[in-house]
Amino acid sequence: MRTIEHAVAPAGRRTILGAAAVGFLMPSRRAAASPNEQDPWPALASQIFPDRVLEDGSDLFAIDAPYRAEDAAVVPVSMRIAQVPHDTREIRKIVLAIDANPSPVAATFTIEPGSGIDSISTRVRVDDYTNIHAVAEANDGRLYAVARYVKAAGGCSAPALKQTADGIPVGTLRFRVFPAAEPGTDPNRREAQVMVRHPNYSGMQMDQISRLYIPADFLEVLRVWQGDRLLLTVEGGISISENPVFRFGFKPDAAKTFRVEVGDTGGNRYSGVFPAEPAA
Amino acid sequence: MFMIRLRTHLAPKRRGTAIGVVAVFIVVAALLAGRFQVNAQPVAFAIQEIANGDYVHFGQIALSSVDNAADIANIGIVVGTDAVAIIDTGGSVAVGQALREAVGKITGKPVRYVINTHEHPDHIFGNAAFAGSGVIFVGHRNLPASIEAHGPFYLRAFRDILGDDAIARVRLIAPTLLVDDTVKLDLGDRTLLLTAWYPSAHTDCDLTVLDEKTHTLFSGDLVFIDHIPVIDGSLKGWLDVLPKLAALPAERVVPGHGRRAGPWPQALDDEQRYLRTVRADVRGFIAAGKKLTEAVPRVAQSERDRWMLFDEYNPRNATAAFAEYEWE
Repeated sequence: MRTIEHAVAPAGRRTILGAAAVGFLMPSRRAAASPNEQDPWPALASQIFPDRVLEDGSDLFAIDAPYRAEDAAVVPVSMRIAQVPHDTREIRKIVLAIDANPSPVAATFTIEPGSGIDSISTRVRVDDYTNIHAVAEANDGRLYAVARYVKAAGGCSAPALKQTADGIPVGTLRFRVFPAAEPGTDPNRREAQVMVRHPNYSGMQMDQISRLYIPADFLEVLRVWQGDRLLLTVEGGISISENPVFRFGFKPDAAKTFRVEVGDTGGNRYSGVFPAEPAA
Repeated sequence: MFMIRLRTHLAPKRRGTAIGVVAVFIVVAALLAGRFQVNAQPVAFAIQEIANGDYVHFGQIALSSVDNAADIANIGIVVGTDAVAIIDTGGSVAVGQALREAVGKITGKPVRYVINTHEHPDHIFGNAAFAGSGVIFVGHRNLPASIEAHGPFYLRAFRDILGDDAIARVRLIAPTLLVDDTVKLDLGDRTLLLTAWYPSAHTDCDLTVLDEKTHTLFSGDLVFIDHIPVIDGSLKGWLDVLPKLAALPAERVVPGHGRRAGPWPQALDDEQRYLRTVRADVRGFIAAGKKLTEAVPRVAQSERDRWMLFDEYNPRNATAAFAEYEWE
């Protein structure tokens, strides 16, 4: 698969995007996209996946996001396997793209064979009314796409306002394995969540003191191991929300610990080791 | 919030207990005819005197729209023997001008100060009506940076709501008299105590105004009555600020939203209960391993019948609170 470039919007475009609405006490009467407005996806898809055919992926996996986002800077998106029994396809990679965003590719998830990863959720910034596409590459070498339409605007340039002076340093990692939901649920499936304290600057937010645009500085890569076994790699872009959160379903093994490693575009590396069993 | 549904007017569910003497009830009818550009009907701009020398225009409990010209925030007018202070100017220049004309009918004293309680458009977009003529704009020390950083977003967002013409008249005016901690303004036989609040609560630039003569507090959006509180700063910060706010020596409060004044500090009770409920619920859902999407529709549902505009703002509050408290 072609490497995805997480390009930052050129300065000229910032003016327009920077003026997008931040949602507060501001109901938008923005009209729905007119029929004449061109769907950006065909051109975008051929950029991201040149010379590839995208098939309908709805019998392989599903994408979900709220139709109307409450906060354009924190739009929950989840993907999960939705296969019929005996379907032998396995997803190896998922590209999450927000069509209308200045840098549409929000993240690329690489799923290791045998990891049992069957769901991934995160939160993204959405800059305009848009489709969110997820394109999966399966072990049959083919690409499968699903999409979800979301009404939200201004998420990329929304100032990081909801910050509390809680003093939690950038790079702080939290990891949690959730207890099995109920007795009788599949013992071969658990859910875990990684949280990364990071502003994930999009390059389109203004510093409130210096009044300059804050340079983009975002999570570039995140890896999660169960014991010594790599489960999941996330390559991120500016469309992932501040303080990124990734939650995924996986197949537990006998490992006692999980390891998380994170790198940002500023060259900082953060890592942590966490117990496999939830704290009592 | 981005929504298509519009409620241009909601009558209050209950009448507030009468606070102070409603000595004057001025209706500047037809004042706005031809100003609210789409709605050609004359719009009444009502002002009540809620304490001696303290006047209030109660904005509608509604989302901003063309029909209400974003007249959704409460506005205060305090008249001293020398000068007048205005507390917030409404969500459009049309509202600001109606306000200015209404002030002229109350008193011949000049407007010396325009105090903005925070950066939100429904409180500052009327500022242009008072620009020039020696008026001093006053705000929290964080307000200039907030206006500069967020102003363009607000203009863009409100262009869709109020229209190009209304937005073309808006001027983003940064305050020149900044409040670090507290400042007293003398209006002549009447002082105003201005307090800048920390940490971030409703926003990161919340300012309150206490008329020390009548003990009337103009709280800006640190206090909501009947209208659901809206979190745009920090839930934790807001809950931290409330006890300090309650210690102000006031007798009554004019909230930022809500069509009545309230007794002090009892008027904080409902808001505090709501905010604590949101906090308790998100903490519970986070502890139980619920996802954001699972939690949001269930947060603070016990409060649903107690607030106007609950469905419009509660999901957003829940989202913000969840993202804040999962790091607790």
